[in-house]
Amino acid sequence: MTDTAVNTAPAGMTVSDEVAIEIRNMNKWYGQFHVLRDIDLTVYRGERIVICGPSGSGKSTMIRCINALEEHQEGKITVDGTVLSSDLKNIDKIRSEVGMCFQHFNLFPHLTILENCTLAPIWVRKIPKKEAIDTAMHYLEKVKIPDQANKYPGQLSGGQQQRVAIARSLCMRPKIMLFDEPTSALDPEMIKEVLDTMIQLAEEGMTMLCVTHEMGFAQAVANRVIFMDAGQIVEQNEPKAFFNNPQSERTKLFLSQILGH
Amino acid sequence: MEVKPYVRTAMLDGKPAPVTSSGPAGWLKKNLFDGPWNTAATLVALVVVFLLLSHLLPWVFQSVWNAENLAECREIIDATWGPEHSGACWAVIHDRYLQLIYGFYPWDFLWRPNLTFAMMLVAIAPVLFTQLPRKMLIFSCLFPFIGAWLLWGGSIWQPVMVLAGFGIGAAAFRYLAKVNRILSIAAAIVLPVIWWVFVMETVVHGLHAVIPLGLEPVQSNQFGGFMVSIIIGLTAITCSLPLGIMLALGRQTELFIVRTFSVGFIEFIRGVPLITLLFVASTLLNYFMPPGTNFDLIVRVIIMATLFSSAYIAEVVRGGLAALPKGQYEAADSLGLDYWQAQQLIIMPQALKIAIPGIVSTFIGLFKDTTLVSIIGILDPIGLSNAIRADSAWNGIYWELFAFIGFVFFIFCFSMSRYSMYLERKLNTGHR
Repeated sequence: MTDTAVNTAPAGMTVSDEVAIEIRNMNKWYGQFHVLRDIDLTVYRGERIVICGPSGSGKSTMIRCINALEEHQEGKITVDGTVLSSDLKNIDKIRSEVGMCFQHFNLFPHLTILENCTLAPIWVRKIPKKEAIDTAMHYLEKVKIPDQANKYPGQLSGGQQQRVAIARSLCMRPKIMLFDEPTSALDPEMIKEVLDTMIQLAEEGMTMLCVTHEMGFAQAVANRVIFMDAGQIVEQNEPKAFFNNPQSERTKLFLSQILGH
Repeated sequence: MEVKPYVRTAMLDGKPAPVTSSGPAGWLKKNLFDGPWNTAATLVALVVVFLLLSHLLPWVFQSVWNAENLAECREIIDATWGPEHSGACWAVIHDRYLQLIYGFYPWDFLWRPNLTFAMMLVAIAPVLFTQLPRKMLIFSCLFPFIGAWLLWGGSIWQPVMVLAGFGIGAAAFRYLAKVNRILSIAAAIVLPVIWWVFVMETVVHGLHAVIPLGLEPVQSNQFGGFMVSIIIGLTAITCSLPLGIMLALGRQTELFIVRTFSVGFIEFIRGVPLITLLFVASTLLNYFMPPGTNFDLIVRVIIMATLFSSAYIAEVVRGGLAALPKGQYEAADSLGLDYWQAQQLIIMPQALKIAIPGIVSTFIGLFKDTTLVSIIGILDPIGLSNAIRADSAWNGIYWELFAFIGFVFFIFCFSMSRYSMYLERKLNTGHR
């Protein structure tokens, strides 16, 4: 399978030739179960990739391998020039370069919104507290919730919590952002506010890998859509071609099921 | 069926709840007189409470506070309320309260435990109430050394040199950290131990010969009463929490040897009665020490009580850790926090909060278990009550002493319980 970095994005979203993530022949097993099979993927800086597929197809597992939340048994992952090995130093370095947003937000409930955002910059990046607060307020303004800074996560709506989670990741000034079904746990009324934040991020040129079923988002923002099934990459293409003219039978079936009602 | 179209034109305002479901009348009806069975149960309960109090209150309050001995007490009660009345003889408490508090601590030096107690309150205040200035914690760290010196007496160089051991460890860690991390950790543990065991005594003697500052030494066997309960209870509580946390983490780690040791330790301690451990402390432990070392009995008991309660704390904390969603670990990892940072900043604050009721229960249990030391001959309040009865003046008095000891323990334990509820309320930031 070959990579195709197709640039059909709206103006302002450009993809460079520089490689951000390279995955070669990655295999992963849960016990005897082969969850990821021969994954090959090159992500260029500035790309916005949407990964879709049926549940259990390994899409979350794949992006979680990139920041070593899951361990892979075979193959090589290079993130921003650093090879992912069992060396804890490399893992911590990669994790501080790669931001991640989760389906269930995973904000720290015992800390205020502001503390959630300043914690990692202060302790991992060793940034002075005052500077960390300034950065945090900057990103909270960007996700449009600066007035909630001193509340606790439990006092916010789901959509607001997810936007805080995005701001929290951005405070580490990551080069790459991973999104693991960021809108799946949200009420329909709140999905849009989160997607708007993500679109804004894409327009600023962030490299993004996004596991999602929001096909509207894929069509508006992605420069590449990847379809996974049974632990493998089955098809990838630019969004227009992917949705209008899918090649594999499995992709056609999947698209007819999620778009057909 | 035909669907009837309906459109609301105005939204409704909220109304107050009906009177029968709120206010005192509503409360009484709902909680005490809700139906015939509930009403009957309320009346029966009221009769039982009345009968209990009608016997208990006269015993407590129609009582004697001033008498020389039990016989005199009984005479006064008979003369005042008639031979039918049964009243308490609190005179024994009045007569012996100093002993119940301090044991046989030399009367001339009572200012030392008093001062230690006052300093203890100052030292634990910033730990219990985070709104106090954080600088007070420096005093909290120094207090164990000052307190031990005040209570046991001896040369002032003793606590100073024990502290110096920590300084040696810190210095070794700092200078060797540049060379090798593992070497620096090993040196930070080994060097202070060498200092304390082999070098310190000579240095203390030397310094004391030059500058003889110190307090009159008091032997452990003169300690007693609530003083000894508080010393053992508070020290074991303070030490068992960090030890318990480390054991809980050890039980969860992927490092095989650490995990096996933690599991083995926890299961062993939980499988053995505390009394057995106390007997080991009082008799067996000396066989394992180098000949000639005189390891203080109270210190040995504190060590055993600490080990005992840390095993329980470990299991309670493990419960708190298990209740945390996996996402919290993943979020901490994904931000690049290392293991100890994640534990300190994310995991433990939440796990300990969940575990507060269990932790405080363990502490209360430990504090009450300090009365078991009477079995190995330490004169805690229970041990003293036997000693007081051995005096012919108070031979035969049981209820008053036990009621008083129970009352004092209740004050301590109830305070701990209320504090834990305060802490839970303070840390409650809404779920998720």
